[in-house]
Amino acid sequence: MITRPIYLDYQSTTPCDPRVLEVMLPYFTEEFGNPHSRSHAYGWRAEEAVENARSQVAKLINADSREVIFTSGATESNNLALKGVAHFYKAQKNHIITCVTEHKCVLDSCRHLEQEGFKITYLPVQANGIIDLNVLREALTEQTVLVSIMAVNNEIGVIQPLAEIGQLCREKGIFFHTDAAQAVGKIPIDVQTMNIDLLSLSGHKIYGPKGVGALYVRRKPRIRLLALITGGGQERGMRSGTLSPPLCVGIGEACSIAREEMVVENIRLHALRNRFYKAILSELEEVYLNGDLEKRIPGNLNLSFAHVEGEGLMMGVKELAISSGSACTSASLEPSYVLRALGVEVEMAHTSLRIGFGRFTTEEEVDIASQKIIQEVTRLREMSPLWEMSRQGIDIKSIQWAAH
Amino acid sequence: MAYSSKVIDHYENPRNVGTLDSEDDTVGTGLVGAPACGDVMKLQIKVNDQGIIEDAKFKTFGCGSAIASSSLVTEWIKGKSLDEAGVIKNTEIAQHLSLPPVKLHCSMLAEDAIRAAIRDYRQKHQGD
Repeated sequence: MITRPIYLDYQSTTPCDPRVLEVMLPYFTEEFGNPHSRSHAYGWRAEEAVENARSQVAKLINADSREVIFTSGATESNNLALKGVAHFYKAQKNHIITCVTEHKCVLDSCRHLEQEGFKITYLPVQANGIIDLNVLREALTEQTVLVSIMAVNNEIGVIQPLAEIGQLCREKGIFFHTDAAQAVGKIPIDVQTMNIDLLSLSGHKIYGPKGVGALYVRRKPRIRLLALITGGGQERGMRSGTLSPPLCVGIGEACSIAREEMVVENIRLHALRNRFYKAILSELEEVYLNGDLEKRIPGNLNLSFAHVEGEGLMMGVKELAISSGSACTSASLEPSYVLRALGVEVEMAHTSLRIGFGRFTTEEEVDIASQKIIQEVTRLREMSPLWEMSRQGIDIKSIQWAAH
Repeated sequence: MAYSSKVIDHYENPRNVGTLDSEDDTVGTGLVGAPACGDVMKLQIKVNDQGIIEDAKFKTFGCGSAIASSSLVTEWIKGKSLDEAGVIKNTEIAQHLSLPPVKLHCSMLAEDAIRAAIRDYRQKHQGD
């Protein structure tokens, strides 16, 4: 029998919950109507399903269903929020504030806007991964149209102070967008009390299908966007194109389940994470947590195992599906820009692993994973010249290393 | 990334892991790479009075390909003279391990490590 690796990469993607798949299936076959067809029952039934899904999404974030538009995923939602707002208001204001640890789709959208002449401020983060509200306050100008700060970081799981950012932006009449792909369904999000004006979310991060996301766009006060995709004027003109009822139904159901189960599930995930973390710390020295422990979603740990290179470690724990902040796992040769932004030394960034726990993670899997990681880190440290030097009391920084 | 079976074999069963006494006159030590780049190799050779490498040990911080490259070269250089060991090319290492292009630097580092160890040994014996 071929056994699959234990899945501990829930920030990368999540499996579609079987309950979600079940409600999606009819919309691939008998309920195949175009939700934009107004002239017959096929269309009406599809439209009803899509609108029900829209209200399920809205309910999770305490929005009105008319404020939710469906997209292809959080990347599109982020592109639309940033470029859409920037382009619509460019005659009045031209400054956007974001943060250095944002997802690449936010940073890259900002780069594009910069090339068009917009001014972008990239806020630094503190050593715990959280932005400093005073630094944000000082960065706001008369020209600032939008502040875009992610709710939860995808690598280190830290939670930004959304309510405080929202309040600050509202006082100044600046729009607040948050990329909440890693946050919805994991922490309570309320667009009213948090004064969020635009919010991006993704289906596949919350046990829904891949290929669908949503953007919340506030109606009161109204936020205007210039569409990226034009055509038939669907989604209130903000995103043309025929909606996919099975995908919409899927993300809706995923939101509904998340809303009902979040509180209980978070308690379970906290326990699993603490069990794993304790096991690691009881057996291994020189393990460092990246990002704040308290202001963090329970399903994430990002650990640096000093003197053991991350990719080498992942190869040793091939029974586990995890990811690393080491350069070698990506096409670029730079280690994680998120860890670097926290002030983590390059060499420590090379030794990091991201471990993600989720809805289908069991206690048994967590125990196997911690034991396997302890065993491999111990083995690789015995093989590591840096570990040997550190044991001999040699300061690794005192050595003149040749760059290559 | 899929690793070749030879890389996996060396990673799982590394040959000649360990440390020789770097103060010993018959030992040459090479330490190459940098922690900031994600690879550090320490390669040591023990040379007998006929100028033949009779033992070699390594320790490596790095990915599987880096560990495999250093493990492989310890096998190759044992029994060779310093001149023979000094002409081992990174391309031979890369070819033997079927390293993909993004991992070629691992084989270059292993070549550097051999040369650095030989250089260290020769410096100790300059006046001989």
